Amino acid sequence: MNKFTALYADMIKTWEGHSAQYLNGVVSTLSLAFVATVIGCIIGLVCGILQTIPYSKKDNPFKKAVLWLIRIIIRIYVEVFRGTPMVLQAMFVYFAIPYFTNNTVRLDVIPTAYLVVSINTGAYMAETVRGGILSIDPGQTEGAKAIGMNHLQTMLYVILPQTIKNIIPQIGNNFIINIKDTSVMFIIGYTELFAAHKAIVGAKYVYFPSSVITMILYLALTVIASIILRWWEDLMDGPDNFDVATTDTLALTSGTYNYRGDKKKKKREKQQIDANTEREEKNE
Amino acid sequence: MSEVILQVNHLSKSFGKNEVLKDIDFSVKKGDVTSIIGSSGSGKSTLLRCVNLLETPTSGEIIYRGQNIETLKGGQSEYRSHVGMVFQSFNLFANMSVLKNCVIGQTKVLGKTKDEAQAEAMKFLEKVGMAPYINAKPHQLSGGQKQRVAIARALAMNPDVLLFDEPTSALDPEMVGEVLSVMQDLAAEGMTMLVVTHEMAFAKDVSNRVIYMNKGVICEDGTPEQIFGNPQKQETKDFLARFRSLSE
Ligand SMILES: Nc1ncnc2c1ncn2[C@@H]1O[C@H](COP(=O)(O)OP(=O)(O)OP(=O)(O)O)[C@@H](O)[C@H]1O
Ligand SMILES: [Mg+2]
Repeated sequence: MNKFTALYADMIKTWEGHSAQYLNGVVSTLSLAFVATVIGCIIGLVCGILQTIPYSKKDNPFKKAVLWLIRIIIRIYVEVFRGTPMVLQAMFVYFAIPYFTNNTVRLDVIPTAYLVVSINTGAYMAETVRGGILSIDPGQTEGAKAIGMNHLQTMLYVILPQTIKNIIPQIGNNFIINIKDTSVMFIIGYTELFAAHKAIVGAKYVYFPSSVITMILYLALTVIASIILRWWEDLMDGPDNFDVATTDTLALTSGTYNYRGDKKKKKREKQQIDANTEREEKNE
Repeated sequence: MSEVILQVNHLSKSFGKNEVLKDIDFSVKKGDVTSIIGSSGSGKSTLLRCVNLLETPTSGEIIYRGQNIETLKGGQSEYRSHVGMVFQSFNLFANMSVLKNCVIGQTKVLGKTKDEAQAEAMKFLEKVGMAPYINAKPHQLSGGQKQRVAIARALAMNPDVLLFDEPTSALDPEMVGEVLSVMQDLAAEGMTMLVVTHEMAFAKDVSNRVIYMNKGVICEDGTPEQIFGNPQKQETKDFLARFRSLSE
C-alpha cells in the first residue's frame, strides 16, 4: 500500500511542477488530432467522390482515360499512406524538402505534423468513403436519376448525406486513433502530449509517475471524444417520431404518431416511471 | 387523333450475350393507360428502364415528342424529368422527409422556388392522401404509404408520362388497394401511364391498352377486350390460362 501512496505523492508533485507543460501538450495533441481528422475527412470525401464517378462504354475516350488515371493515383496514394508507418512518413516529409533543395527550403515542424497526419487520415477515409458510397442502395441513385437529377446533384443531395451519416462511427474512430497516434510526431520535434511527457521525464527522474499522468490524460481525451461522438450520432439520427400534420381528417387522434412502437421513447418513459415508483417507495 | 408522346423504334437490349429485348416497336399517345403484362423474365422491367434510360439500349431509338432523345438539348437528365418513374421498391430518399422528397426535384432540377415547390408538393401529397405525413421519414411509413409518396414525388415533376414498374408487387395484400385506387384516379384524370403489372384486374378495367410480352418481344398488343376476351396468339392464351388457374 505504501508504494501507492508514494506514487500518488510523486504524481501530485510532478503535476504541480509541470501542469502547464502537460496542458500545453493536451492542447497541441487535441488541435492536431481534430484539424487533421477534419482535413483527412475532406480529402477522403474528395477521393471517394472522384473514385466513384461512373462511366459507361459509350463515354468518350478522354473522359475514360482521365477517370482511370484518377483511380490509379488515388489507389497509389491510399496504398502508400496506409501501408507505411506514420512515424516514417513524418520523417520522409520533414527531410525530403531540405534534401532536394540543399537545405534552402524547409517546412516547419508544425505544418509538417498537420500535413502528415491529415494525409494519413485521408488515405483511410478515402477507402471508408468509397465503401460508404458503394453501400448505399442503388435504388437511391435510380430514384434521383428518375426525377432528372444529374450525377453531381444525386451525390450532393442523396448519396453523400446518407454516406456521411453511415460513416460517422468511422470518423470517430479515426479521431480517437489520431489522438493517440499523433504521439509519433515527437520524432520531428512536435511538442504534443507525449513529447511533453518525454521532456518532463528528461528533466527529472520521474518516469513512472509521469507515465501514469500521461496515460490518464490520453484516456480522458479519448473517452470524452467517444461520448461526444455518440451524441453526434444520435443527433444525426434525428427524432424518432414525427408530428402528424393535423386539421386533415385523416389525422390520427393523438398529435404524435408512433410507427412500430419506437423503442427509445418507450425506454425513456419506462425509466421515468421506474424513477417515480422508486421515489414513491422511498417516501413511504 | 391525340399526340404521340413517346415512340420506341427497333429497340434492343442485351446484357452480354443475353438478348433481353428484341426489336421492340411501340408508341404511347397522350392519355393512354398501357398495361404491360408477361411472365417473369420476359423483359418488362428492362423495357421500362430503357424507356427512361436507366439502362442504355443496345440499339434502336426513342423519340420524345418528335425529337430523338439522343439529340435532346438538355440531355438525359432533362428528358428523365419529363418521364416519371415509380419503382417496385419505392426508392424514396431515405435522408429526406416526405415533403422534402417531393420538393427536391422541383427546386434542384426544375429550378422552382422553395415556396412554389412546397405548394405543388402539398397538392399532390393531398391527392394521394399523404398530406398528414409530410414530416415523416420514409422508414417510418408502411409500404403502401411509401408508394403513394413515390407517386406524389413523380407527379410533382409534372411529367408527360408516368412509368410504373410493378408498383404493388412489394406490398402486403391489404395495401395494394390504396395504391391501385390512386393510380385509377390518375388514369381517370387523363394521365398518360405505362404500367408493368401482375394485377390483371387493373390491366383489364383501368387501362385502355394491353401489351403482352414474351421472351423479349411484344407478342400481342391490343385493347383489354381483345387481349383478355379474344387473344390471338397461343402464348397469350397460355399465359392468361396460367394466371386464371393461379387466381382460383
Ligand atoms: N442488369 C442486368 N444484367 C444482366 N441481366 C439482366 C439485368 N437485368 C435484367 N437482366 C435479365 O434480363 C431478363 C429480363 O429481366 P426483366 O427484369 O426485364 O424481366 P421482367 O419481365 O421484369 O420480370 P419480372 O416479372 O420478374 O420482374 C432476365 O433474364 C434477367 O436475368
Ligand atoms: Mg420486373
